[in-house]
Amino acid sequence: MHLYILKRIVLLFPTLLGISLLVFLMLYFVPGDPAQIMLGERANAETLAELRAEMGLDKPFHIQFYRFFSGLISGDLGRSIRTHEKITVEIFQRFPATFELTFFSMFIATFVGISTGILAAVRRGKFVDLLSMIGATAGISMPIFWLALLLVLMFSVYLPIFPVSGRMGTHIYLEPVTYFYTLDAALASDWAALSNVLWHLTLPAIALGTIPMAVIARMTRASLLEVLGEDYVRTAWAKGLARRWVILRHAVRNAFIPTLTVIALEFGYLLGGAVITETIFAWPGVGRWLFLAVQARDFRAVQGGVLLIATIFVLVNLLADILYAWLDPRIRYEKQTG
Amino acid sequence: MNYLRLALAVFLFACGTSQTVNDTLVFVRGSDSVGLDPALETDGESFKVCDNIYETLVTYDEETTEVIPQLAYAWDISDDMLTWTFHLRTDVQFHDGTTFNAQAMLFSLGRQFFKDHPHHDIPGAYRYWKDMDMDNIVSGMSVPNDSTFVFQLKRANAPFLSNLAMNFCAAVSPAAVEKYGSDFFKHPVGTGPFRFVEWRKDERIVLDRNENYWSKPAPLKRLIFKPIQEASVRFLELKQGTAQGMDNINPEYIEQIRNNPDLQLLTQPGMNVGYLAMNMDKPPFNKVLVRHALNHAINKQALVDNFYQGLALKAKNPIPPTVWSYNDQVQGYEYDPQRARELLTEAGLSDGFETELWAMPVPRPYMPQPDKIAQAIQADLEKIGVRSKIVQWEWGTYLDKVSQGEHTMALLGWTGDNGDPDNFLYVLLDKTAAKKPAGNIAFYQSDELHDVLVRARASAMRDERDALYRRAQEIIFHDAPWVPLVHATQTAAFRHNVKGFKLHPTGNKWFRNVRINTP
Repeated sequence: MHLYILKRIVLLFPTLLGISLLVFLMLYFVPGDPAQIMLGERANAETLAELRAEMGLDKPFHIQFYRFFSGLISGDLGRSIRTHEKITVEIFQRFPATFELTFFSMFIATFVGISTGILAAVRRGKFVDLLSMIGATAGISMPIFWLALLLVLMFSVYLPIFPVSGRMGTHIYLEPVTYFYTLDAALASDWAALSNVLWHLTLPAIALGTIPMAVIARMTRASLLEVLGEDYVRTAWAKGLARRWVILRHAVRNAFIPTLTVIALEFGYLLGGAVITETIFAWPGVGRWLFLAVQARDFRAVQGGVLLIATIFVLVNLLADILYAWLDPRIRYEKQTG
Repeated sequence: MNYLRLALAVFLFACGTSQTVNDTLVFVRGSDSVGLDPALETDGESFKVCDNIYETLVTYDEETTEVIPQLAYAWDISDDMLTWTFHLRTDVQFHDGTTFNAQAMLFSLGRQFFKDHPHHDIPGAYRYWKDMDMDNIVSGMSVPNDSTFVFQLKRANAPFLSNLAMNFCAAVSPAAVEKYGSDFFKHPVGTGPFRFVEWRKDERIVLDRNENYWSKPAPLKRLIFKPIQEASVRFLELKQGTAQGMDNINPEYIEQIRNNPDLQLLTQPGMNVGYLAMNMDKPPFNKVLVRHALNHAINKQALVDNFYQGLALKAKNPIPPTVWSYNDQVQGYEYDPQRARELLTEAGLSDGFETELWAMPVPRPYMPQPDKIAQAIQADLEKIGVRSKIVQWEWGTYLDKVSQGEHTMALLGWTGDNGDPDNFLYVLLDKTAAKKPAGNIAFYQSDELHDVLVRARASAMRDERDALYRRAQEIIFHDAPWVPLVHATQTAAFRHNVKGFKLHPTGNKWFRNVRINTP
């Protein structure tokens, strides 16, 4: 098992190298001179040449390529062209916002999704099953911008219960330590701020969590139904075990592996930043930042941002693989690899 | 069930704490500032905040682009217009407690001007200093004493005074720049009515009243800038009263704001122009009759009504009416397809001709829907027999190609910087600007206009300059290198109890006189 994890971590480097190469090439060949875009109507020969030199765009391809990789290896992602800020700082300030939102969305999605899935599987063909699966289909098909705006209109305008946008009230001041506002508020023992932060988290977390919730519910239902038909479950019933015990202990645990894959994938996916949710709720996360960077052809920011997201995605998947083994002792990675 | 009650209690508590106080103003806008070093930034969202933190030697009058004193209470200009002496206030302090004086001013401008200044080479160049051509205007700066600042100029340049009112010429605290180095842009220290408190990227910038302000302290205790990209959400925040002001309003919300007694709408013709340039290097646009014909062929009012929802002004001059010296005597070309066709016939093109119409691929402040505007113009031209093909390039490529003169007709525009007519006429239409890569993309080369513009630059007499620029607009009207299309309106909306905010032609957002009345 340890060997397997080690191997996976070593394999991480060529994967990320491949990704960064791809990103570099993509941004190199995409049309649009970043200097020209940045200067807009004001561009003239002199300022253009100067800015191109400052960005290193006047150098031939192989020099730009070399600079990018040598910077990468020494852990320096450079400074954003648009804001002059270090890319690492830009990411560090925004990633906690995305992570916090993802965490709460996935918390809601997992909790509601699994419960619904179990309920639907156990009551297969009944009204509850039908209702929850209609709900899940609707959840998957709903355009997220529409759902988000609907939530805002319903719960912030007509029933003004939740705030329209933002991470916390404009009147709240929190010492930024971790940039996870729930943590920062807890660290400062500022319970008013904590409740305000949670209050702001609710609508975006629901909006962002709807699709994963639906996917998880469907996956849980499908795999649980499959497991419920297995011989060992029949044996468990035959032994006269309690219903709750058979379902939760024998069936759900085994049915959980495909669900876990889905949860891990969705989690990794959401961590990449949800541009639409972040835009509508004015959530200062990675997705919106990266979107603006692409628009401004801020290639250094895009390279750094994509690399970070790819790393997280790969890591989350690794974590999921490790969890499989923990959940299902039959999976022994070293046997497969050895 | 108990948990549910607890959760409900927490939320109700949170709701209860969300009351906004009457001396805090939350201003929502489309995106965050890039940075807060006035000499480094080039985007409007950065300047909106800088406007309230920093001050300049001279500034603009509250509602016009007239230049008035600020950190300098008076100035003298030598007869040859080469020596400009500014007399500085002696009662001004930076927010960090250090004293503002001529040395501080020398530091603020010197870091942009002197190549060997320790703060000259930093990430991101002093773009505006270069854009406003300051290196070619200023030959030296000196400080005879703590309250006197002297510029030596290379040649007489009247618009120079307006440049000094721009953000990039603001006084920054030398001590703070020394302390924060290349991170000064996120720790701004100036002399303005508000001091910087906090910046959470993409979330909010918080400013507090400067209690030691040299002039009357601002009525607002706290000013918060909050970026919200989505226009509908921005509007909802204002409507709900969680924000007290916003700008860049989508036309679709204008009626709602007008009809809502809790809100007030402010509008003003912006300091911009959207135009159609005809490349005079290429036939048939070398013929003045053809250019006149096109000026008669385009229905500008329809453009204003259909693509700006009325939030724009038909243009007849290259400069907008908010810039002084605007010549209202210029008649403009009436929309008259019949007359246009006659002019084409007179030019020997009775069958019309084929050409290209280039359009920007991205919305610009002066032209929110360039592709649709291009289609409307295409249809207008079709009526007089001019068959045009719409051409679009990616934005960077577009700018590059038009500056090289690859187009026959192209849409473009300009947003003024310093409120001086020179900043429109010289950079967009003088013959020196027709050198590739050109700012003058009509490649219009008039010696008569050049002579007028150069004389206006070299005159210290405001009246004389005014007359010269009026003359310039007549020359341009006659030669018609462009079809001037529109001046887009700038908009802002506030809660009805917010008083004292004035839109400024330069787009500056000053909150020093703004107050919120108790309902």
